[in-house]
Amino acid sequence: MTHPANQEAIYAALTEIFNEVFMRDDMQLQPALGAKDVPGWDSFKQIEIMVSVEERFNIKLNTREIDSLRCVGDLADVVARKAQNLA
Amino acid sequence: MRWLPEHPNWRTHLRELSHQKADIWANAVALANHRLDFVRTNALDTTIRHRYEATVPPQTATRPVRLAILASSTVAHLHAPIRVGGLRRNIWITTYESGFGQYVQELLDPASSLHAFKPDCILFALDSRHLAQGAHAAMSADDAAAALQEAQALILRCWRAAKQTFNGQIIQQALLDPFPPLMGSNEHRLPGSRSRFIARLNESLREMADADGVDLLALDQAADRDGLTAWHDTALWHRAKQEVSPARGPIYGDMVARLIAARQGRSYKCLVLDLDNTLWGGVIGDDGMEGIIIGQGSPLGEAFVAVQEYAKELARRGVILAVCSKNDEANARAPFESHPDMVLRLSDIACFRANWDDKPANIRAIAAALNIGLDSLVFLDDNPFERDFVRTELPMVAVPEISDDPADVPQLLAEAGYFESLAITDEDRERTTQYQENRAREQLRAGASDLEGYLRGLQMRMVWKHFDALGLQRIVQLINKTNQFNLTTRRHTESEIMGFIADPAAFGLQLRLLDRFGDNGIIAIVIGRTQSPGTVLIDTWLMSCRVLGRQVEATTLNLVVAAARSLRAHTLLGEYIPTAKNLMVKDHYESLGFSVVSRDPDGSSLASLDLDNFSSLPTFIETIEG
Repeated sequence: MTHPANQEAIYAALTEIFNEVFMRDDMQLQPALGAKDVPGWDSFKQIEIMVSVEERFNIKLNTREIDSLRCVGDLADVVARKAQNLA
Repeated sequence: MRWLPEHPNWRTHLRELSHQKADIWANAVALANHRLDFVRTNALDTTIRHRYEATVPPQTATRPVRLAILASSTVAHLHAPIRVGGLRRNIWITTYESGFGQYVQELLDPASSLHAFKPDCILFALDSRHLAQGAHAAMSADDAAAALQEAQALILRCWRAAKQTFNGQIIQQALLDPFPPLMGSNEHRLPGSRSRFIARLNESLREMADADGVDLLALDQAADRDGLTAWHDTALWHRAKQEVSPARGPIYGDMVARLIAARQGRSYKCLVLDLDNTLWGGVIGDDGMEGIIIGQGSPLGEAFVAVQEYAKELARRGVILAVCSKNDEANARAPFESHPDMVLRLSDIACFRANWDDKPANIRAIAAALNIGLDSLVFLDDNPFERDFVRTELPMVAVPEISDDPADVPQLLAEAGYFESLAITDEDRERTTQYQENRAREQLRAGASDLEGYLRGLQMRMVWKHFDALGLQRIVQLINKTNQFNLTTRRHTESEIMGFIADPAAFGLQLRLLDRFGDNGIIAIVIGRTQSPGTVLIDTWLMSCRVLGRQVEATTLNLVVAAARSLRAHTLLGEYIPTAKNLMVKDHYESLGFSVVSRDPDGSSLASLDLDNFSSLPTFIETIEG
């Protein structure tokens, strides 16, 4: 189980990334949020999100991880598992 | 893109941009000149395209560029970076991409959407797996050689089909090598190795491109520098068939834009150097000649030598060097004159400004003295305050972010690609000498009491020649990079120039100016063609600004009139087409005695000269057929 403080830091960073990618400033990230809930979230944006997450947390997502991503919660879990430095 | 500064307040600025009522182009150019990752690059591109959906922004540096990307895998993520690379250079690029796997068919089919797009620049971005598909490890050496030839032939066919149909620049992407070796360090002994196949193809691309006038996009060199994994993400290849990783998109786009800009004469031309802690360690005014750190013996001193050596090498291939320093002039000059470890000498510096005026003022003075645009200057300074000051006052000057460690400076300057060049001519190699000769001329002018005495004292000779194969490279270079003294700014390719040479109803003149201080090289180009019987239209008239104010214009006209008369012309027509940079020649034809025939609201005009009543203009320049 991820520490709640870490969870909060991850969601804050992800919110920042989603706002940049979708050129908005009002994204509300919930674990269940997925591509069908956000206008414009296509495969192109999906790659933008992944590469941004990799750069932001200095991690590399492997092919299986990428394939298993269904929603924001999945992404936050991968980050929590892999990222060394969440600050 | 570590040479660009971070934007302190990116998101607010981008939002302001999208709400701004007035034209946003200049602000967008400024935003593009910050360190943008690919998400921000996309966001900026979306904003700009939204604003200029159907129109072209009004104040670009060149005519719009229509770029077709012919690719064998996914490049959709590279359009925005290429367009933003153009934006960064004040160039408006529209992009098109061939249908998936359709690049050959589209090239050959006149009814294709590629033909409808009418590109003036074509980028072949063929991926390595596509080109190396004919090779496998069980192949004999002969079969491997045949497979390589097949790939080369495919590429050549594409180039030639593109050249036959479209006029303009062709760019070929060199190949990344994503193939893991099968043997190891001695992979070259396996004839059918795909990795080896790519290496050989990359090598041969250089010669092929030179022979066909194609420009290379050297992804292989970039990957050698950054590592393959920085450029190519195997997971993304499997997922989306993206050969170039999106994270590298911004630099990829910048590299493409550099090539387009270089073709349009929009590369930077001059490196302006600060002195204290940029060219040597310490402060010459305080530390004195013995105190500054330069030369062997200390790592820091050697790093500064390397900076100077890189600058000197740039100068040897045609980049102009200038100095801009806050110092007493005598102090600033002393190391150049007599410090034994200095690599740069006064003779390497075309314009030396050391005083206590602010740097923007001095940089303006340098541009004026060298007769080049402020937007062709790169300013290198270790001091963040000065960099910021110059960026604020002169946003068109490139000011790279450098750390206080000189060891990194040469590589950073190279990565930034400011001085991207497509060919080298003798004029490039002699440029520093030419600027020095110009200084001697200036001194003569200062000494002469009147202009006439000065011009007579120069003992000028203009050697004129029709276009020929020997001068071709320099002619094309001048036509494509002259921005200021250029009446029509028509860019012509090598094959178009060959067309003028072959056309009996046209003439092309190349003019060389010599004087008692030396050879100025080819300084003017004029192309005329018969528009209707008895009328010759000047398609192109351009001149190097180095020879302004020396009666070259009048002498040139005399030669143009003679060439037009030999085509049985009685009327000579001259056109002026305004751009952001050629205001100086607005009244060129009138000042030579032409009368204005028409003037358009956009500022362009047409003027005519009656050849039957024309007598040669008097000048102090002797003309000689070369």
